[in-house]
Amino acid sequence: MRTLSSGDTMLLLGLMLLLLPAAAPTDQSGTGSPGLGSSPPVLLHPQPGPEEFGAPGVASARSAAEGPGEDGAEHHHHGGGFRVVQWEWTYVQTPYIIAIWLLVASVAKILFHFSQRFTTVVPESCMLILLGLVLGGIVLIANKKQLYQLDPALFFLFLLPTIVGDAGYFMPARLFFDNLGAILTYAVVGTLWNAFCTGFCLYAAKLMGVIDEHVQADLMDFLLFGALISAVDPVAVLAVFEEVHVNETLFIIVFGESLLNDAVTVVLYKVYISFVEVGGANVLTADYFKGVASFLIVSIGGTLVGLVFAVVLGFVTRFTKKVRIIEPLFVFLLVYLAYLTAELFSLSAILSMTFCGIGANKYVEANISQKSRTTIKYTMKNLASIAETIIFIFLGISAVDKSKWAWDTGLVSCTLVFIFVFRAMGVVGQTWVLNRFRLVPLDKIDQVVMSYGGLRGAVAFALVVLLDGEQVKAKDYFVATTIVVVFFTVMFQGLTIKPLVKWLKVPRATNRKPTINEEIHERAFDHILTAVEDIAGLQGYHHWRDKWEQFDRNYLSKLLLRKSVYRKSELWEAYQKINIRDAISVIDQGGNVLTSARLSLPSMASRASFPEVTNVTNYLRENGSGVCLDLQVIDNVPGSKVVEDVETHHVLAGNLYKPRRRYQSHYSRHFMPLGEKERQDREVFQRNMRIRMETYKSSRHKRHKKERSLKKRRGSDAKEDGGEKPRRNVSWQDKDPAVVPEDLEKDRAEQSDPEKEEDVGITFVVRKPETPKLRPKSVPAALDVCQRPSVVPLSPPTENSHLPWKGGVGSPPPCVSVEATKIIPVDLQQAWNQSISSLESVSSPPAPAEPVHPRVSALSRLGGPRPASYTGPVDALTSPSSFCFPERMKKKKKQEEEEEEEEPGASQELQPLMLPVRPPVLPPPPSPPLPPPATGRRRNPCVYLRSLVTAPPPGSGELHSRRPTQL
Amino acid sequence: MSSVGCSEPKVQPLCSNCSFDVAAGHLQGERQSAVCFCRNMGSSSSDMKTVPNSQELMEETGFSAAHLFRLYERFEFLDKDNKGHLRPEDFEAVQELSTNPIRDRIIGSFFPPGQETADFPTFVRILAHFRPTEKSRTRGDQPEPANSSTGKLKFAFQLYDQDRDGKISKDELLQVLRAMLEMQVTEEQLQSMAERAIQEADLDKDKAISFEEFRKTLEKVDTDQKMSSRFMK
Repeated sequence: MRTLSSGDTMLLLGLMLLLLPAAAPTDQSGTGSPGLGSSPPVLLHPQPGPEEFGAPGVASARSAAEGPGEDGAEHHHHGGGFRVVQWEWTYVQTPYIIAIWLLVASVAKILFHFSQRFTTVVPESCMLILLGLVLGGIVLIANKKQLYQLDPALFFLFLLPTIVGDAGYFMPARLFFDNLGAILTYAVVGTLWNAFCTGFCLYAAKLMGVIDEHVQADLMDFLLFGALISAVDPVAVLAVFEEVHVNETLFIIVFGESLLNDAVTVVLYKVYISFVEVGGANVLTADYFKGVASFLIVSIGGTLVGLVFAVVLGFVTRFTKKVRIIEPLFVFLLVYLAYLTAELFSLSAILSMTFCGIGANKYVEANISQKSRTTIKYTMKNLASIAETIIFIFLGISAVDKSKWAWDTGLVSCTLVFIFVFRAMGVVGQTWVLNRFRLVPLDKIDQVVMSYGGLRGAVAFALVVLLDGEQVKAKDYFVATTIVVVFFTVMFQGLTIKPLVKWLKVPRATNRKPTINEEIHERAFDHILTAVEDIAGLQGYHHWRDKWEQFDRNYLSKLLLRKSVYRKSELWEAYQKINIRDAISVIDQGGNVLTSARLSLPSMASRASFPEVTNVTNYLRENGSGVCLDLQVIDNVPGSKVVEDVETHHVLAGNLYKPRRRYQSHYSRHFMPLGEKERQDREVFQRNMRIRMETYKSSRHKRHKKERSLKKRRGSDAKEDGGEKPRRNVSWQDKDPAVVPEDLEKDRAEQSDPEKEEDVGITFVVRKPETPKLRPKSVPAALDVCQRPSVVPLSPPTENSHLPWKGGVGSPPPCVSVEATKIIPVDLQQAWNQSISSLESVSSPPAPAEPVHPRVSALSRLGGPRPASYTGPVDALTSPSSFCFPERMKKKKKQEEEEEEEEPGASQELQPLMLPVRPPVLPPPPSPPLPPPATGRRRNPCVYLRSLVTAPPPGSGELHSRRPTQL
Repeated sequence: MSSVGCSEPKVQPLCSNCSFDVAAGHLQGERQSAVCFCRNMGSSSSDMKTVPNSQELMEETGFSAAHLFRLYERFEFLDKDNKGHLRPEDFEAVQELSTNPIRDRIIGSFFPPGQETADFPTFVRILAHFRPTEKSRTRGDQPEPANSSTGKLKFAFQLYDQDRDGKISKDELLQVLRAMLEMQVTEEQLQSMAERAIQEADLDKDKAISFEEFRKTLEKVDTDQKMSSRFMK
């Protein structure tokens, strides 16, 4: 069905070229002589004159960098004179126009978001369509002819896959499969019902004369139209529902339906097209059965193709250890190939891509590096966003094309009424049946939202444009009707669904990350239910899920996961993610944390009444387990000599910079070396943090007053802010966490750092202040909590922990969990160690129920505009500070360990394949990182320190430069 | 299991086959004999529509007669030697259960403290925790049904709370974590996880999670849904 028709305009073809240069040979330029085919710039040349190709050696001698176009070459040959500046429009035309379009679309997006109030009311998709209408009008006026329109081939081959790929890959698998029954029902039964009813009723309307005579269509035509207009569109649903934030069950049902109904649409469309071709009268009974068989093949086949690619993808990413940089590429390519392959066999491409994404996600995410994960996430979101923008703009532009229009009020209004009525009827009927089986029934409000959320979009438009005008006489009428339907659903329903949802009080999505307790207990619940179902002899959902998980554990994971990650449990991963999130929030806050924590307790007048000292402190204490502070340092009172030594040492250690390298000696396109530069950055960062902590301790009393007055001034608006620190969760469903009360959005957007907004899960950990009365009582217990080192047996003797150089070989850092530690600058621990004695009180752990203290987030922003309070201390870098810094060496080691830690499993796994890169370094066992394995690498810390100061240590130098030099 | 008998609400206090007053048979031995007697009367399941104490159990647990019957069949199936009660070994004999990491806890929950055996009412009462919660059932004067979200949480809570002191200590949490994570993480990682979990939940600083704290940590979770089995609706 979706044949690649050659694009109408240069732009559309050009966009294809941009996205997939390999497609270029289908372009006109592909007609060139074979000798030119190897030169990409020539391939992109829009209209090469044949005579230029005839000139031997002209094109091949030219490199892309020099870039004189063919025209220029011609002038050069004929005119003789050399031109300094040449106009090469034809050479760059296509990509240039594409780039300009993208730029316009992106700028438009920025402009929409200038007016916060406006964007909270009007969905972006509406704005884009309107913009498209305007642009289309301009083009039409300028050219008297519409140049651009949404080309089906472009849409199906490039725009749609980017959106579906993003949706599939980031689909929450558990939620999806939990509701798979409902999703499938709505997708298959619902779509069939809509298609047939709309088709038949339109035909009836035609017979009754409601639809004009000019619409030359019989039953088959109307059924065909019904088929293409009935499918809920994933692009529109995503665009609109993303801004509505209904609860996740509701969202996954509507969105899942819009994805999975693709198979039904494809089959119905194809079947009816063939029926229209042979004529309604000539259709045999067997053809109907063929249609059913075709549906099964298209849907199941598509799913299988997707799953096969998912397995391939998982398997490939197992071996990307040494080529981390192209990990994302594998993901994009294989997911895209899943789509194309399904399209190749005319199976359901959307199904294929969706299942490829869902299936591969778990394994891929486990296999690839953190940076690749981020890359994939942002690139996918980026592409999907661009594609969405283009789709909506072009929908608008396409509407302003008189030549394709044929208006019939009867047809349009009938279609609008029918699709809405049948959607509602279908939803109510199916829900009634489904609710008999569903654990959590879908109530009336859900049904209203589902009916109303049945948006039609670009898929319908592309399909209707693809119709053959010869076969389907009423094509122009259908096109016009489809455009109206799409506009109506996207704009009218998209605009009104938000107020509707609000008015109906539909449970909203909570943009919230699960706490560790939730993770643990929910897992326990699963086990309990599985056991109960087993005991009661019921082969229920949990029973089968458990069976699948066993299969996954025993076979699939072994096949698709690296050995190093295979053993890691999901719960542990979740735990680590939580830790990392918290750490990021601490680090991101930087100095602001301190301010906000203080300001969150405006009623406390004196320093003694700060039950929670800082967020950082709290965080560290609360995470004491994860960060594993070495608290024995505090527990024991060292001798004066030792103290002196320690101080001397740490003054030195803290203030001696390592010699810095100004430039990166190794430049590599293939690796992003994590070398000197980064270590130096880290050092600077740690220094700054430390100094901040120091100055904070000494000056917070003073500053507190200042803050308070300041707070009073800004208090009114700051206080109201619902406490929603903009947490940007760029997952599949909530691109834009608009959980904040709308009237405050403006405020928020202005004040908050946009970059922070982009970051995942910034969570404040702040608690309700304890009353001062309680404080004295709580101190001992709380202190005890924090002071318990998490691993007692591993803690070295006190002196050793004080004097790193006495630590000797083989004393592992007491802060055990390397994985957890690496996320925290150890200086924070250090600073905390320092401050703990001076902090009179430590308080309750953060209430997870209210992770965001209402005022903190607001006030943390206040910290932003006033960096002045921190610059002073930062400037004081060079002045010797008196804090001790016992863990510096450990940190060094830890950093090494951390780098090493990444290797173990994989290097083991790959050892037979590669040369021993670091023979003396024993890779730790693949099991989760224990400190002991690293002991082999540990040299005398004192020597080590000296070597650090004077020259890059041989070992670490090798370690750090290994990647770049490897090339 | 046949579903033939399920739809017939023929459950009576009196055993229809043998006229033995089962409802009166509160004592273990009597019920056992009643069951045995019935079983002797006919071997096909359609003949045994009787479930001891069915009326009371239905009222107490909210199970329908059909469900109760099905559970009774299952009970008898598990009760390999027709003892009339189940022992831990009977549960352990369930094949699928062998892979469940916390099966000991769950099996243990069928046996109230000090009891070695679980009779049918106990069996049903435990399983009643997993019926979906009815929204309509909000009669204030009644004791909280087992399938309320509190009931479900209590069940989960006592799985952790092995010494039944009303608090989940770190050790208790560790045991469950250890079981669930098996060999996948090290002891320290377990420790840190347990500590973090307790710190997160612990509101009153006693380094343990009380039931209230437990409930509080899970209040954002849809317990009703997550602790219900569709098949007991």
